[in-house]
Amino acid sequence: MNVPVQSAKGTIALSTRGLSKAFGSLPVARDIAINLPVGARYALIGPNGAGKTTLINLMTGMLAPNAGQIFLAGDDITALGPQERVRRGLARTFQINTLFAGLNALEAVTLAVAERRGQAGRFWRGVGAHGETIDEAYDILRKLKLGDSCYQVTRELPYGRQRLLEIALALATRPKVLLLDEPAAGVPPEESGEVFEAVAGLSDDLTLLFIEHDMHVVFRFASHIIVLVGGVIFTEGTPAEISADPGVREVYLGKRKHG
Amino acid sequence: MMAKTATMTPQAYLQAQNRWHPLEVAFWLATLLPFVLFPDYLSLASQIAITALFALSLDLILGYAGIVSLGHAAFFGIGAYSAGLLSKYGWGEPLTGLVFATAIAGLVGFAVSFVIARFRHFTLIMITLGLGLLAFEAANRAHWLTGGSDGLQGVSMWPVLGLFKFDLYGYTAYTYSLAVLFLVFLGARRLINSPFGLALRGIRENWVRMPAIGADSLAHIRKAYTIAAAMAGLAGALLTQTTESVSLESISFQRSADVLVMLVLGGAGRLYGGLIGAIIFMVARDQFSGIAPQYWYFWIGVLLVAVVMVLPNGILGGLSHFYARWRGK
Repeated sequence: MNVPVQSAKGTIALSTRGLSKAFGSLPVARDIAINLPVGARYALIGPNGAGKTTLINLMTGMLAPNAGQIFLAGDDITALGPQERVRRGLARTFQINTLFAGLNALEAVTLAVAERRGQAGRFWRGVGAHGETIDEAYDILRKLKLGDSCYQVTRELPYGRQRLLEIALALATRPKVLLLDEPAAGVPPEESGEVFEAVAGLSDDLTLLFIEHDMHVVFRFASHIIVLVGGVIFTEGTPAEISADPGVREVYLGKRKHG
Repeated sequence: MMAKTATMTPQAYLQAQNRWHPLEVAFWLATLLPFVLFPDYLSLASQIAITALFALSLDLILGYAGIVSLGHAAFFGIGAYSAGLLSKYGWGEPLTGLVFATAIAGLVGFAVSFVIARFRHFTLIMITLGLGLLAFEAANRAHWLTGGSDGLQGVSMWPVLGLFKFDLYGYTAYTYSLAVLFLVFLGARRLINSPFGLALRGIRENWVRMPAIGADSLAHIRKAYTIAAAMAGLAGALLTQTTESVSLESISFQRSADVLVMLVLGGAGRLYGGLIGAIIFMVARDQFSGIAPQYWYFWIGVLLVAVVMVLPNGILGGLSHFYARWRGK
């Protein structure tokens, strides 16, 4: 089943229809309908436990929904497994570092690039013989300012660099849509700007949705904000609309005193 | 725009991982020493080479991909019986016998891998344990085929390459086993340094992340498991051919447990860990059983506990740790 794709300018990269999920009797997503236009910079905000990460898990296939559909560039991908969605251009990062602790950054990103190029099943040729793959991996690392530390084993990288490596791994899959789950989580405030500068520097063709708690960051980098409360879309709109919305102030902005 | 601070290009760096270390060359040269120093022990040396090959096969799945197995002897035994039966029923040519046994073990490994790839950790330990016991009892029960607990009789090998007869001193046996071990080791070494080897390490390091980079982990595991099973079968076939017999012990739980002990002693995930572990284990068994035949496992137990407590990455892991510190100073 296909969703009508709009004219070239407003083409929808990723959308959901009636997406719902419950853990037992606890609903964590209810009737979620989202449309991400190509090249969008969307922020997903909401109090803790609002179901933001759950929504990313549903979109990327790490959780199966109870109802509803997910469309990537108009194609229904609801039945596809996580790796198949990644191959079609839907990538994500994780709130808690989900890296290859014992590999260095170069090896990790080279692996991701090799997977995308369909070379990761090759056992008869050395990694070192795959020049183009390595160069592509190194380019990604350099763009994220990880070029200098790419020989350092991941578990020994400073935390902020590990957050950048999260993004590098996702970029290696050459995504069309990238879902960032609190890309600067755990990074000291003075360094979190660095992570978001890297995010802001990504290609305009890339469609972005990011979860973030820091409202300064959200207002600075998002073109559009979706507010999720209790598994339901509470409201959405431009940063100006959201900051003026009294309801949002009450449920979210007013009591933003967690952790 | 910006000068690279690293002295090596990324490609040169990854190629350098593949380069032979002088210690590796020394190790393989040292495997030739038994011919000169211990000519009376060539049969033992041959068994060590075969066991080392078996341990290498387990290292591929356990040390690199993190896939636990307590029933790896099933494939060793399948290879051993396949080679034995082929010879018993009239074809005693060793090299084709190896190919035949390797293929059979690989095929069974491929079939089993569809189950293995879906499970992890404790569940997997129990499944492989169960499959291993199943294989053992099947071999025990099929007396008409395998000779059961009496062992398979009537195995008789032709000379290797039509030239070298298997002699009483184990001269041919050790040359043959060592040559096969070295060739397979070259293959394993290449595999470890390939993109596929990187993918296996990725599975070991983070099972959850793999699908998020578009990887089909299950397909990788099936492939690795099939290769490891084929290698184990090859080791079993070598034992059959060099001893011209097959005993039920070749498919026993004891053998599965022993190879795991060797790998942990030597250091898993290091390619040489299984080889070093096999040497230590087999020499210790030979020496200790000379002192007190019934109780030699006592000393293996002591050694295992001591190594695991003091050197969590095995003897080789400990050595490389000290080596790195010594070079760092």
